[in-house]
Amino acid sequence: MAIVSGLRGIGKRVVNAVWRLGYAARFFVMTLFYSGTSFRRFRLIEKELFSSGVMSLIIILVAGMFVGMVLALQGYETLKRYGSESALGSLVALSLVRELGPVLAALLFASRAGSAMTAEIGLMKATEQISAMELMAVNPIARVVAPRFWAGVISMPLLAALFSAMGVFGGYVVGVVNIGVDEGSFWSQMQASVDFQHDILNGVLKSVVFGLAVTAIALFEGYDAPPTAEGVSGATTRTVVESSLAILMLDFILTAFMFQGA
Amino acid sequence: MERTTLDLWVGIFVVAGIAALVVLALKVGNLSTYNVSESYQLQAHFTNVGGLKPTASVRSAGVLVGRVTSIVLDTERYEARVTMSIDKRYQFPKDTFANILTSGLLGEQYIGLMPGGDDKMLANGDEFKKTQSAVVLEDLIGKFFTSSVDSKK
Repeated sequence: MAIVSGLRGIGKRVVNAVWRLGYAARFFVMTLFYSGTSFRRFRLIEKELFSSGVMSLIIILVAGMFVGMVLALQGYETLKRYGSESALGSLVALSLVRELGPVLAALLFASRAGSAMTAEIGLMKATEQISAMELMAVNPIARVVAPRFWAGVISMPLLAALFSAMGVFGGYVVGVVNIGVDEGSFWSQMQASVDFQHDILNGVLKSVVFGLAVTAIALFEGYDAPPTAEGVSGATTRTVVESSLAILMLDFILTAFMFQGA
Repeated sequence: MERTTLDLWVGIFVVAGIAALVVLALKVGNLSTYNVSESYQLQAHFTNVGGLKPTASVRSAGVLVGRVTSIVLDTERYEARVTMSIDKRYQFPKDTFANILTSGLLGEQYIGLMPGGDDKMLANGDEFKKTQSAVVLEDLIGKFFTSSVDSKK
């Protein structure tokens, strides 16, 4: 009997997971469908741009600066062995623009803004604000979900660009000002190896995809959270875990498409 | 509708983000070195291009004068046909040498132009008649071994 109930448990979980995935897909389509209304009332998106974009600025800038500084220190130690310290600029810039900028900014964004979105919407649901909106014939997806979604999608590439730019600056401070790598070769090697279309635009594209994934996951988890204190805290945890995993997996897929054989 | 401090902050955020992108494009990337000045196309055949890639630089006396635009295999001669775009400001004599050189011992490869003494200049679509292929390290080592075996005989 234990085997039967075990099998039954597995089946129930699988069915539940597929069910939830379908619900998430419908939620995502509804969000896109009702986006028009929130673009007509841009004030709503702007408010969310402030709370997810502007409020994430400090953590993004400080983190970017330190990542660039560490890259320069570590890169210098390794490059020194091969006598090619002058390639430090291209090492710092390429790793930031292609990978670390979009990925780390998205991870920070998921834990800083994504978790806040989930908690906010989950709590709105727990305190029955969402049901109240429906009673007043206000569509909660158009009023609450869609503005947050677009704010996340807009602010993610901007944050990633700021992260990369700060990282390059941090690398410059440590590499050129502190260690004393030649300034001319630092910038010229960087410019020779970073291609605008191939590296920078692909990095921006990556961060747009990450922004879509993180906000979609955060909003769905919040909307689907059980309306209890426990449910909201569980949903917030799931947001951070799921969006971090999604970012890293998507990064692998995107990198395989963008940079293969190049 | 009134202006609020919220507008200011969101404005600052968007401007800073776009400014960061512009900095990345101009200072970090190569957008500023894209050839805005007019250029003309020249071709060259090489028996072996080694590790030469499109967008590799074309230099004369160490000065950047253009970039490689395409590398294809010419099936009539079974040689690599390299097309490069050269800045209009620089003209080269007909008997200019095109060599594939390497910056540093293991650095990236580029095309070096050594001007000859001809009066006539190369025009758009012309071809370098005298070329020298890339030095392939494996070939060099192979030659070194065979010649040392030969000399022992």
